[in-house]
Amino acid sequence: MFESLSHLVLQQYWWIIVSLLGALFVFLTFVQGGQTLIYTIGKTDTERTMLINTLGRKWEFTFTTLVTFGGAFFASFPLFYSTSFGGAYWVWFAILIFFVIQAVSYEYRKKPNNFLGAKTFEWFLILNGLFGTILVGTAVGTFFNGAMFSLNEMNNVIWATPFRGLEAVLTFHNVALGLSVFFLARVLGLLYFMNSVESDEMFARSKKHLLYNTIPFLVFFLFFLIALILKEGFAYNPETGEVFMEKYKYLHNLLAMPLVAVILLVGVVGVLWGIASALLKKSTKGIWFAGAGTVFTVWMLLLLAGFNNTSFYPSIHDLQSSLTIENASSSHYTLTAMSYVSLTVPFVLGYIWYTWKSMNKTKISKEELGKEDHLY
Amino acid sequence: MLETIDLSLVNWSRAQFALTAMYHWIFVPLTLGITLIIAFMETIYVRTGNPEWKRITKFWMTLFGINFAIGVATGIILEFEFGTNWSNYSWFVGDIFGAPLAIEGIFAFFMESTFIAVMFFGWNKVSKKFHLLATWLTAIGANLSALWILVANGWMQKPVGMVFNPETARNEMMNFWDVLFSPMAVHKFLHTTSSSFVLASIFVIGVSAWFLLKKRDLSMAKKSIAVAAVFGFLSSVYTVLSGDSSARQIAHEQPMKFAAFEGLYNGSEGAGLIAFGVMSTTETDPDNENLKDFNMIIEIPNVLSYMAFLDWNAFVPGVNDLIKGNPKQGIMSAQEKIDRGKIAIQKLKDFKDAKKAGQTARADSLKTEFMSKSFQDNYFKYFGYGYITDVNQLIPSVPLSFYSFHIMVVLGGWFMLFFILSFWFVTKGVIQNKKWFLRAAIWTIPLAYLASQAGWVVAEVGRQPWVIQDLMPTMAAVTRISSGAVMVTFWLFAAVFTTLLIAEIKIMIRQIKIGPHKEEGGNK
Repeated sequence: MFESLSHLVLQQYWWIIVSLLGALFVFLTFVQGGQTLIYTIGKTDTERTMLINTLGRKWEFTFTTLVTFGGAFFASFPLFYSTSFGGAYWVWFAILIFFVIQAVSYEYRKKPNNFLGAKTFEWFLILNGLFGTILVGTAVGTFFNGAMFSLNEMNNVIWATPFRGLEAVLTFHNVALGLSVFFLARVLGLLYFMNSVESDEMFARSKKHLLYNTIPFLVFFLFFLIALILKEGFAYNPETGEVFMEKYKYLHNLLAMPLVAVILLVGVVGVLWGIASALLKKSTKGIWFAGAGTVFTVWMLLLLAGFNNTSFYPSIHDLQSSLTIENASSSHYTLTAMSYVSLTVPFVLGYIWYTWKSMNKTKISKEELGKEDHLY
Repeated sequence: MLETIDLSLVNWSRAQFALTAMYHWIFVPLTLGITLIIAFMETIYVRTGNPEWKRITKFWMTLFGINFAIGVATGIILEFEFGTNWSNYSWFVGDIFGAPLAIEGIFAFFMESTFIAVMFFGWNKVSKKFHLLATWLTAIGANLSALWILVANGWMQKPVGMVFNPETARNEMMNFWDVLFSPMAVHKFLHTTSSSFVLASIFVIGVSAWFLLKKRDLSMAKKSIAVAAVFGFLSSVYTVLSGDSSARQIAHEQPMKFAAFEGLYNGSEGAGLIAFGVMSTTETDPDNENLKDFNMIIEIPNVLSYMAFLDWNAFVPGVNDLIKGNPKQGIMSAQEKIDRGKIAIQKLKDFKDAKKAGQTARADSLKTEFMSKSFQDNYFKYFGYGYITDVNQLIPSVPLSFYSFHIMVVLGGWFMLFFILSFWFVTKGVIQNKKWFLRAAIWTIPLAYLASQAGWVVAEVGRQPWVIQDLMPTMAAVTRISSGAVMVTFWLFAAVFTTLLIAEIKIMIRQIKIGPHKEEGGNK
């Protein structure tokens, strides 16, 4: 089935999958966003425990999606993996260390004799939520603004600055994306609390903070989106592989791929509708609209970065070293083999959905937590 | 192409990877084995309906949860370190190596992370049978993840199913099934998982022994020992069998590693197995600190030849044969391999230069020559040797390999006996009276961790200097970055992991002291 597809089609197929994984990851950062709000929404130790337990039953999805995103990128576009991870060394390690401290915090926070104390583990969760989202968003910003690397004849990466990727924060467009992801994660976290926690006080507090976080989210995101549409982008000639700058490249991409533009718009409307329904109608279902909207929006943004002869990881140090889905991908054989593996993804999503429904049948409440043997 | 390589960068990068791998490996074996033990226990609960088995299951599940969290924390670093610290490697073999990592995420990690939530929080939310299924799927997910990462590791020890593409300067996969079912990968998986089951069984018996010594929760402790002793014994038998076949395979595919962990300097026919040996502190060869003389050895004649080639009189090459060559036995010298490797690297460079200069005809002809069977078999096969500047770089640390291997084997023998005794005493109903054995059981827990780490050292130190056997040495695989940067991340991880390990051990000990819930429901 997949064998007969051209290498380019397989590369596009895999860019769609990797982008989808990235989009799902951003949706699942509601866990990170929620973590930054445990003191804002939870005023007592019991309330914080309720919040941490409702997030704690989902944190592994976010974590696993990040790991799978890394693995899938490695398998399908190994040159990105070697170039970005090896090159932007400090950025990736900063991201990783903030995820390492998250992984133990849920399990260890409430356990007696936990060496660092509950407060430290709560702060680990807050730091993960704060820096994990901002850094990931800023790093993804380099997909549109470029990074400082070149490749030698063995395709080994040479980074042009000693800051190894941290220089990305000097480009405000990158940081705007980082802050958009951060505030979006908080918005999603609040919507998730409204959906899964049984407490009128916390519902009211979440609703109030939803508005406070929606405003900066919209400011940064709209700035990012408008600047993206207006900026020049990194195009390449599909015949020669030569990379060149093109004015309004991402606007051209939107016009050339109307379906992407429509889905992007639907995504943004979904996010806004999710927020508005929670704010105006006190709906608890906002997370689903905003979540689906997030997935569509981020997915389409990543397609804009890689499709229509666009370099998805451009180099502003050596333009011709820029990575495209054509020059960075695995071989036809590997993409074919992995495409068969991808057929199992709906099955995986299916069992995740089923268990999510089963586990979230009852909301988190003081009574519910009282019945649990295992608490975070 | 062969720019000056900073050796301190290579060493710090290796140290960082070893640090993360060894920390990760403290927690993984327990996860692999204890999830299955928990699944056995819960199965008994569901079949018998006896609530005591539910209490037992939940107790071990609590300890598993503490261990699992830190295993996840240390694991994420490992996956990304292939890119951050070994980026040249990531490109050189990413076409093959990335696939198992992606499959690990899709098949194994999602299964594990989805069902572990049901396992911990689903007791009152899903049916008994669905909960049991979730427990089994968590165990299967954990072990599946081990499969895929070991497939990747096995491939590095014996690359198969691929061809080098000079256009992209990387190896490309030709046959997925060859990679998946490579005998090296299969042996690695079986030996690693079965030895992990052994460790987890020892953990369960050792902790249960503490309860018996304290005269607490006697029924839970004895029942747990019964389950773990049976599982542990079967696993230890399998560990020995898979270890034996694994060693035989190493003798064929990685003779230098085999010679190093057997402490064999000079090869011979009918080679003897060193059952016990003490190395001196002085070097055999003043140029190489990796070679140390033996002060004393106890050797069993001919056994090594049989172990390696199933022939009591077969020739087993030693370190010196592999370095200096042994024409009589058809072994090429290391210097000859280095020379051939350099020719292969030069040919690739010529091809790249011709391409860059737009000399299409010359580039095509060089490519044809490069891809010809005779060039592949006689020169490209030794590609990685072209990076080696001194033959001594080809010798791994013999003392470290030798001692690690022998510690692993000796302890493996004790573990088998330990399981037999555990089962015997518990079925005779006398285990609570055998104070000496109960104390030994507690002390066997750190020994299991020691054996487990030693096994990792044998596998990874023994294969040095190769990241990919014969194709890529560590010095060519490393990311070009300042060694100072790697030093900083090394110490950062050392500090973070050590802090978390202390927290884990303290929490674990406290939870053991708290013991199982006295009755159903309600948190502690």
